[in-house]
Amino acid sequence: MNTPAPGRPHGTAPGPQLLDLGGLRVELKTGGRWRTVIQGVSLSLGAAQAVGIVGESGSGKSVTARSIARLLPRGARVGGDVRFDGEPVWAMNAARLRRFRARDLGIIYQDPRAHVNEMHTIGDFLTEGIRDHPPRERRERAIAALQATGIPDADRRLKQYPHQLSGGLLQRVMIAAAILPGPRLLLADEPTTALDVTTQSEVMAILAEQRHARQLAMIFITHDLDLAAAVTDTIAVMYAGTIVETGPSATMHERALHPYTAGLLAARPQPTRVASLYTIPGRPIAAYESGPGCVFASRCAHAQQRCLETRPKPRQLGDHVVSCHRAEELQHILHQALERA
Amino acid sequence: MPALLEAENLRKVYQVPGGKRGTTDLVAVDRLSFQVQAGASLAIVGESGSGKTTTARLIAGLESPTSGVIRVDAQARKPLPWSRGERARHARQVQMVYQDPFTSLDRSQTIQACLDEVLRYHFSQDREGRSRRISELLSQCGLDDRHRHRRPRSLSGGERQRAAIARALAAGPQVLILDEAVSALDVSIQAQILNLLASLRSALGLTYVFISHDLGVVRQVSDECIVMHRGTAVESGATETILTAPKADYTRQLLDAIPRPGWAPKRRATHPAGL
Repeated sequence: MNTPAPGRPHGTAPGPQLLDLGGLRVELKTGGRWRTVIQGVSLSLGAAQAVGIVGESGSGKSVTARSIARLLPRGARVGGDVRFDGEPVWAMNAARLRRFRARDLGIIYQDPRAHVNEMHTIGDFLTEGIRDHPPRERRERAIAALQATGIPDADRRLKQYPHQLSGGLLQRVMIAAAILPGPRLLLADEPTTALDVTTQSEVMAILAEQRHARQLAMIFITHDLDLAAAVTDTIAVMYAGTIVETGPSATMHERALHPYTAGLLAARPQPTRVASLYTIPGRPIAAYESGPGCVFASRCAHAQQRCLETRPKPRQLGDHVVSCHRAEELQHILHQALERA
Repeated sequence: MPALLEAENLRKVYQVPGGKRGTTDLVAVDRLSFQVQAGASLAIVGESGSGKTTTARLIAGLESPTSGVIRVDAQARKPLPWSRGERARHARQVQMVYQDPFTSLDRSQTIQACLDEVLRYHFSQDREGRSRRISELLSQCGLDDRHRHRRPRSLSGGERQRAAIARALAAGPQVLILDEAVSALDVSIQAQILNLLASLRSALGLTYVFISHDLGVVRQVSDECIVMHRGTAVESGATETILTAPKADYTRQLLDAIPRPGWAPKRRATHPAGL
């Protein structure tokens, strides 16, 4: 690949990263028609690093995460490359894939209730991935995982059923289950979207502690740029099945280079001030609705003829990678707008 | 000037399964009082279990308070059940917009049929008059005549919420209760709907009761706010004051939990029951 791999920190030697997505394309069949939902996503993630994939509905952020775990609907057309530690995930045989999902990956979903069996105890759920270990070890590891996620009274919790736990508590059980087999990569798909803000803060803090203690890498899928910026090293902003910008999380707020990223930042109401909100006209589109040009052109206030005609390639600009023909000329305007917002 | 909407010492108790006799009392709202002047916007803020949605349902007349009084235009509300006439009269005073227009709109009805139904029920206008009114409602909500024959499924999330707002306005209410009305929308769409709500309020002189968990949203749309926690108001006053200089510990916790540049997630020192 000639395009710079977003998410790779400066100065690291090229070589297999923990996770490498190269030109990922996904087509899904909906309503009898094949529709492109991911069109050329490239992303790299080193060990213990965290990338936030931020986007609105239809951006393809969840499908990207599911492609990594090979959890797409049967028959999905997948192109490009997904490599875990250099190994192509989509070429794994059934046994290797099972082991990859059970041991190397930890997955946390938005709605924990949809991903637990209500008939099984918390203890059974937690130890599902390590069934081949002796019972005593399973129990000890389950208790340790619950304690690590700050769940008091772990002994009692093991015998309880999901319905006896609040949403925040159940999400912490999901984190415990995800980290218990000792994975190297966490896929967290909107893990706190259904939670109250104070509970979200707590769940994210626990997740951060566990990531640091275990040197866990994380793909964090969210619609919330502010939240992603706080808990990841790098942010990738997705729109219509492509990554339009990547850059360091810490400075995304001041140095966004893509008009869509800047628009997202300016559209978010803040509790500290009142303003007529900046709005991006229209609605988010899906990959299959995008034309030959820039995917954001139809909603972009700065679009010109070439934006409608040619798809911009990802380019390195400072410590960002941005897919915008006009990134250099717009830099100044966008920064002024962000300062006002 | 008397308040347009007034709540005095509201209390709502539900019987829920549990306890020794099979049921136990759950106090959803307790000792809640507030006043909203005509044209003002009051936000009721809280997390799950705070009682904010119960409060919305009480004001909307979907439930009766266990004790306490709600006054609209200085008239005390009768307890439910209401007669058809009373229900219609209340519906012309207070309307509600829900979080999810997919479930609050009839999926088999076109937007035109949906609005026409409300107009026919409340007003004695002829077909032509209703049709003109439908055009007016659509344009006020940022839709147009092309949306008349569409059904909810063929609209985008933002368009659906605009249609739900148009339907609420069709009854000609003075008060709109917005129950998490922008919470499920994408950020870029949420900003459009927030701006629409602000312009509708000033153009039509509407009064809002805005139920939300999102303090950023609350800041944009309300003059005053009440912060609720476990059924009671922990703090109330001007929104700006509360969000910039909160007095209650709980309000401070809520504000501290909002992600922003430089923010880091924190574990709580003490755990509330249930978490």
